[in-house]
Amino acid sequence: MMQVTVPYEEQEPPVPIAATRRATLFVSCIVDQIYPEIGLATAELLERQGVRVVVPDGLTCCGQMAFNAGFRAEAAHVATRTLERLRDGGDIIVPSGSCGAMIRHLYHELFAGTPQAALAEQVMHNTYEITEYLVDVLGVSDVGARYAGKIAYHDACHGLRFIGLGRQARTLLSHVADAEIVPLAGCEQCCGFGGLFALKQRAISEAMLADKLADIASTTCDLLVTGDASCMTQIAGGLSRRGSPVRARHIVEVLANSVDARRG
Amino acid sequence: MATHSIAFHERVDRALDDGSLQTALSRATDRFVTNRANALALVDDFDDLRARGRAIRASALAQLDDVLVRLSERIEARGGQVFWASDGDAARQYIVELARARNVRTIVKSKSMASEEIHLNDALEAAAFTVVETDLGEYIIQLAGETPSHIIAPCIHKTREEISELFQQHLGMPATDDIPTMTRTARTVLRQQFLRADMGISGVNFGVADAGAVVVVENEGNARLTTTAPRIHVAVMGIERVCERLEDLGVLLQLLARSATGQKLSVYTSILSGPRRADEPDGPDEFHLILLDNGRSQIMGGDYAEALLCIRCGACLNACPVYQSIGGHAYGGVYSGPIGAILTPLLQPELRDVHKLPQASSLCGACQSACPVKIAIPDMLLRLRADAVAAGKADAIERIAMAGWSQAMANPALYRAGGKLASLGTRLLAREGRIGWLPPPLDQWTRQRDFPPFAPRSFTELWAERQRRSAGDGQ
Repeated sequence: MMQVTVPYEEQEPPVPIAATRRATLFVSCIVDQIYPEIGLATAELLERQGVRVVVPDGLTCCGQMAFNAGFRAEAAHVATRTLERLRDGGDIIVPSGSCGAMIRHLYHELFAGTPQAALAEQVMHNTYEITEYLVDVLGVSDVGARYAGKIAYHDACHGLRFIGLGRQARTLLSHVADAEIVPLAGCEQCCGFGGLFALKQRAISEAMLADKLADIASTTCDLLVTGDASCMTQIAGGLSRRGSPVRARHIVEVLANSVDARRG
Repeated sequence: MATHSIAFHERVDRALDDGSLQTALSRATDRFVTNRANALALVDDFDDLRARGRAIRASALAQLDDVLVRLSERIEARGGQVFWASDGDAARQYIVELARARNVRTIVKSKSMASEEIHLNDALEAAAFTVVETDLGEYIIQLAGETPSHIIAPCIHKTREEISELFQQHLGMPATDDIPTMTRTARTVLRQQFLRADMGISGVNFGVADAGAVVVVENEGNARLTTTAPRIHVAVMGIERVCERLEDLGVLLQLLARSATGQKLSVYTSILSGPRRADEPDGPDEFHLILLDNGRSQIMGGDYAEALLCIRCGACLNACPVYQSIGGHAYGGVYSGPIGAILTPLLQPELRDVHKLPQASSLCGACQSACPVKIAIPDMLLRLRADAVAAGKADAIERIAMAGWSQAMANPALYRAGGKLASLGTRLLAREGRIGWLPPPLDQWTRQRDFPPFAPRSFTELWAERQRRSAGDGQ
């Protein structure tokens, strides 16, 4: 590949724009532990728009895994602490439609009738997914990204159907210099990740992934881009197991020119 | 059915390994999804239509007692008879006794999921009646000795080649997979049954309270024959399938046809309001409406009440990537797909592994997006999962893992330590930046997928370092 992207560490520091906005970045557990580059790229994108990024101490997880598995007490145990750390955080940005949907859509039910209900409503109201924040709140469509290659975009389900994402990502990708966005058949079809579904219903999850990989293989893309690290893990895991040359990346990695920053 | 006694995972594996099922499913669900999309494109604002449909259904359910009483009074006023069946037993018994009392021998049936739900055919056959399904798809699976695998397309799991073989075997049809020839063969056989039948049993798409009528929609004309040719018509209707006004049909029928088959309207829409009157040339001598509760009133007012809005169009099945992969039979209950994963645990709680059905979803939400009355299916699947955990049905290993997970995630020090451990472990297992094997139970992931190692340093650490660096730069 002939990308002209520069690893994150070697990039120029963000252009100092008078920071009029402050935003709290909640990267999610999977990004924190497995893909820190995605968190750094998200921070960078925000800073380039003049947003001062704050990362509260001790943020871990939105609690979705337990909630989706039916373990509501365990989910509430985790989510309550997350709520406390997001209190008064202003705009809260997550690089994940899925964690965003958990907070915006499911915290209502999780905290209904509890002492945290009011705080949960406040946090729900303040939470944005990163592409949504860039396009709909900050009004940005060109973040100055460059990628010399062909990109296919997969609409991760929770962002697509519970937050209404998709348009924002396509707007941002359409302004990436040198990139060609190629259509992906079945781009709104689930990749089969589904959290613990991927383990508990392994065979179905694999069958769904196989359909997704076939759709990807029928494009000419060299980069599969999506907005959730979890779906990206599922798709990337399938691509690499099958020896595909296509790489899977989070959209912020493209937008922050850090597609090649990944170790390994 | 045999599927009831097999573990859910085994049913799934069988379905995924069944090449002909996979061919049939992908042909059919693709066609349904495309046709629906085309039909929706012709409506100015389908979302508005959905909202109106939902409001109509919700309003009827909010005053269900009254609406049903109005419906039954009007039907009785026209000489029809209404039987309130609290459960399947009561409904079966009423129909069997009626058939005996009227010296019925042959019964023709048009499509009815409610009759499937109460296993009506088994009861009628046990009482020595001849029962013939007349919907082509239902007829095919009756010949095959199977149950429907889809709400509106009962034999969606069969390829035309398999159907041809069935017809050759049972109807003496010459070898062909020409669809018109097969349809004609079935038509010839079924026409004789309509003429012979003493009783016709149908389902009901909508009861209409102010008209005192039931609506039956179909594309083959078999339901019209079933409800008018024999001397007795029995309509089986779930108590929730009712609307208040005839004009509601303007919305509901559009939603149903477009969502189900991608048609603007079904080919036949019959509005039936009782037995033949003296001045009418045809129609049955007797009309019986069975109002079937069978667990529905228990669902009213609870966490799953929204499921009763369902108009049984099957759009959520067609849209569901899980249904597309495993078909209807793997679900084990009468209703399959996303809505079946809710209804089956509620209506057939005795089935094996029924608590696992709500887990057979990636929660992608395609079902809710396709639903003509916007039922929040994923939210209810999540509640059913929580119910199963509360009822102690989670595996021990999962309970322990969740307890450990919640402690670690709620405690930053533990979380950091756990992260370090995972980072160390996964990096030891990784080759060239990817992990090809993880120990059980995580091997479920790595059978067909690689997994990435955890990062050497977490975002939290990298961020803290970056903050220190920029503070050091004097910024």
